[in-house]
Amino acid sequence: MWTLFHKFGSPPWLYRLSGSILRWLLPLTLLALVAGAVWGLLFTPPDFRQGNSYRIIYIHVPAAVVALAGYYVMAIAGAISLIWRMKMADVAMRATAPVGAALTFVALVTGSIWGKPTWGTWWVWDARITSMLILLFLYLGVIALYEAYENKALAAKACAVLSLVGTVNIPIIYKSVDWWYSLHQPASIKFTGGTTIDPSMLYPLLWMIVAFYALFTCCLLLNMRAEILERESRTAWVRRLAAGE
Amino acid sequence: MYFESLSAALTMDGHGAFVWSAYAITAVVLVGMLVAPWRRQRRTLRQLTGLLKREAGQPPPRDRSREV
Repeated sequence: MWTLFHKFGSPPWLYRLSGSILRWLLPLTLLALVAGAVWGLLFTPPDFRQGNSYRIIYIHVPAAVVALAGYYVMAIAGAISLIWRMKMADVAMRATAPVGAALTFVALVTGSIWGKPTWGTWWVWDARITSMLILLFLYLGVIALYEAYENKALAAKACAVLSLVGTVNIPIIYKSVDWWYSLHQPASIKFTGGTTIDPSMLYPLLWMIVAFYALFTCCLLLNMRAEILERESRTAWVRRLAAGE
Repeated sequence: MYFESLSAALTMDGHGAFVWSAYAITAVVLVGMLVAPWRRQRRTLRQLTGLLKREAGQPPPRDRSREV
């Protein structure tokens, strides 16, 4: 257990491991995303009430689900970096922020486009949408806060605290559709039975959620690799890497 | 396929513009998410390669310890 912990703290080991994971995970992810999009766009029946506009669900829900899950990753990495001063946790925290921000942006934009034909409006200040907007600002806040500090050790600490404080927003997003009944519909998929979605729509949706998780993993690893190279550019192993290119 | 023709798939009974634009925007963002870190990594490596070349091309630093 401790050796694994130490290995994860080793930049060259993490760099090589992520490289060998990305070699097969990245093409697989792209294939899964394209297949899932084609499935959702062309091979599923339309919703009996919303017609074809509901097809946005296959990108909107996965993006939102993974944007939320990404926040956990960032906050946990932030906690590890605060408690154990682990540099690679700091790298992971910083690598998550742009990925999470992009996914939250996708969830908001696709939700807005879906809202126009379904609700008749691009935007409402409903609890779910507002709390997702706050999530976007939290991600952007972590990015901006890191850039604002000249001292990067201090920046990492401030970002970790911000991401931990921001976790109060996560249960609010989850529960918002139940607490405040508004335009946004409640969850259709539940772990504890009572899923209110037809299998012909559920399977492509689950497929896309898995594909978005895989995409998140790929982006996280790519960002971590870029960050590791920048931080370690003075070390012998990175110089060997640059010379061999 | 659910749709009868390509044009039916494109218009989607009036919802096509919404659905296809949502997918297009998502595709652009996802590509950007993958390309941005890749370009950043390439830039770092290229800068470092240039630095190493310059270092190799320079004469070795003069040993000043023997100069009095």
